Amino acid sequence: MLNRKDVLGLRDVSREEILSILDMASEMKKRIDNPELRIPELKNTSIVTLFYENSTRTKTSFSLAGKYLGATVQDLGINNSSVKKGESLIDTGKTIDQMGVDIMIMRNSLAGAPHVLAKNVKAHVINAGDGANEHPTQALLDLYTIKDYKKSFDGLKVAIIGDISHSRVARSNVFGLKKLGADVTLAGPSTMLGGLGKLGIHTTSDIREAISNADVIMGLRIQFERFKTMSFPGLEEYRQLFGLNAEIIKKYAKKDVLIMHPGPVNRGIELSTEVVDSCNSVINIQVKNGVAVRMAVLKLLMEGGHVR
Amino acid sequence: MKILIKNGRIINPASGIDKKADILISDGKVEKISENIEESAERTIDAAGKWVVPGLIDVHVHLREPGFEYKETIATGSYAAAAGGYTTICCMPNTKPVVDSEIMVEYIKLKAQREAVVNVLPIGAITKGQKGEELAEIGKMAKAGACAISEDGKSVENSGILKTAMSYSKMFDIPVFSHCEDKDLVAGGCMNYSAQSQIMGLKGISNDSEDVIVARDIILAKSTGARLHICHVSTKGAVDLIRYAKSQGQNVSAEITPHHFTLDDTAVDSYDANTKMNPPLRSKEDVEAVREALEDGTADIIATDHAPHSSDEKNCEYEKAAFGIVGLETALPLGITVLVDGGYITENQLIEKMSVNPAKLLGIKKGNLSEGFDADITIINPDTQYSIDSSTFLSKGKNTPFNGYKVRGKVEMTIVGGKIVFEKGQIK
Repeated sequence: MLNRKDVLGLRDVSREEILSILDMASEMKKRIDNPELRIPELKNTSIVTLFYENSTRTKTSFSLAGKYLGATVQDLGINNSSVKKGESLIDTGKTIDQMGVDIMIMRNSLAGAPHVLAKNVKAHVINAGDGANEHPTQALLDLYTIKDYKKSFDGLKVAIIGDISHSRVARSNVFGLKKLGADVTLAGPSTMLGGLGKLGIHTTSDIREAISNADVIMGLRIQFERFKTMSFPGLEEYRQLFGLNAEIIKKYAKKDVLIMHPGPVNRGIELSTEVVDSCNSVINIQVKNGVAVRMAVLKLLMEGGHVR
Repeated sequence: MKILIKNGRIINPASGIDKKADILISDGKVEKISENIEESAERTIDAAGKWVVPGLIDVHVHLREPGFEYKETIATGSYAAAAGGYTTICCMPNTKPVVDSEIMVEYIKLKAQREAVVNVLPIGAITKGQKGEELAEIGKMAKAGACAISEDGKSVENSGILKTAMSYSKMFDIPVFSHCEDKDLVAGGCMNYSAQSQIMGLKGISNDSEDVIVARDIILAKSTGARLHICHVSTKGAVDLIRYAKSQGQNVSAEITPHHFTLDDTAVDSYDANTKMNPPLRSKEDVEAVREALEDGTADIIATDHAPHSSDEKNCEYEKAAFGIVGLETALPLGITVLVDGGYITENQLIEKMSVNPAKLLGIKKGNLSEGFDADITIINPDTQYSIDSSTFLSKGKNTPFNGYKVRGKVEMTIVGGKIVFEKGQIK
């Protein structure tokens, strides 16, 4: 049960809440493959998605999660909305709030935007990614995937590699993994490590060290669209120094290491194609788990009894 | 008109006086200061238990007029100043159009004469349109009454142009107010770069973005001999650089804002954009460094960087929100509460930094309650304890992080040129 109004980030979600979502996700996953198990539990629930930034998997995943639970799901096509006429986020939120909406799911390029929305609407707000801040449901699906394969988080060695500084996925995962007891290392070029080291997270620019004995390796996409000036000289140098290929993974990581990536992947840059398609890769399974986890979040939030 | 202020504690650092006495004002000037003045006056004020100090002077205010009257006007900004105990304020030139010519300086002065209740001294831009390309009419502006030149809101990026401006400014004995910020290092940041910016997921502004420009400007002021004044110092690094320059005998002054000596970056904890300003709230270590700078004299002046904005410009996404907070109506109580009660400086030093030193920097005959000086006087009740309430501000801007903040010390009356302009919470 989630007795809270909003899900804005794993920074302020407790360990118990995370575990309850992961448990519920196991139940929900069964319903994805078997339509007969789909109970329209949220048939009286109305959901609106507001995506101020592009998305393939998160938006579709949330929409289907809602629909599998019987909810009404409506997308506010931002590009065809009054946002283009300059309507502010708060005004847009208040407008949608008047339409009998229970949950708003928002993605925005500005960190803290969902927090501002949440303060101004009665509906539950779920953060589907805000700037370089958090992407809580992505981290939850990553945690679910890890738990599914590794059972426990205690002392589990997780290496997150790549463009950490721009990554809301890395940040949400760090908050979640630390709460569950995993041992997290962040690795990438010194110019792309960001400041998470200031919060006491181990960081390194030596990817061999980072993946040594790793149980989980999470690759991150280089977010070219967020760089004002590039933080490294070129893709070939990046590939040579920080690219993950089958050879070094085999040499340094555990044999049963899980290869994860939030997608979309720059194939051949952060992960070689061979690694993406290897039998250790769970990148496609993460996508399915994403639907299950989002179903769990929607269901638990509506069952939570939080008085709005 | 004669006004007699009786039984107050007169704090006048310029003459080394701190004692209970009466003060007689006549024809806009201080006529006499003495114990037990028994002269008849049109108005006699009992100031027992109050501080009677030279009117406060703020060298760093944004009045927003012309161009942004929805944020503030010369009139409303002057009301806020009077309410905060200020009798003279210097307004920054980043208006629309920019104050970069004689005619704009004249405009501000005329508007102020007509509508303001305190003295308003315009600051001229360093370059035309603050574009950093060609010198503004520095000489003509100085002759028309500009009290300083500044590119405030940003730095002059081109060191060559800044050096020329500094050298040129000397002919008019006009100080150069420097906003120190390397915008390539700021690169879109919106709060201090720190553990707190990591917690918030907001892009940080590192201390080095301020420090490198402070260093550059000190070096250029040394080679040109310009009178350099560093605005809103927020970092330990900048404090160290200024302290060093002063130890070398260089003529450089520095101001600290009340928000930078009061709050650290942990105040940015709920994406409330009333904590967003430039430079940003810094770390605890930096806050301690700027307090020490005020204590040891490295920082000469307390200035507000009063930056009013409309509520819509603050009640929005943090990264989108405008930089800046209002300060005129909270500076004095914060100075008393944080710096005096915190044991960093005395009441006398506080008045020095809020009146005497600003007057010195500007080269004006103010900041002094001695006989013959302008009767710019602020009466303060040091014992009033209260919570700051932004809804009572006379400024159009209510954008403050100090709403609800508990402070001591309230302005009871502000007198400008022998005229009572603010009394009992109201503009006269």
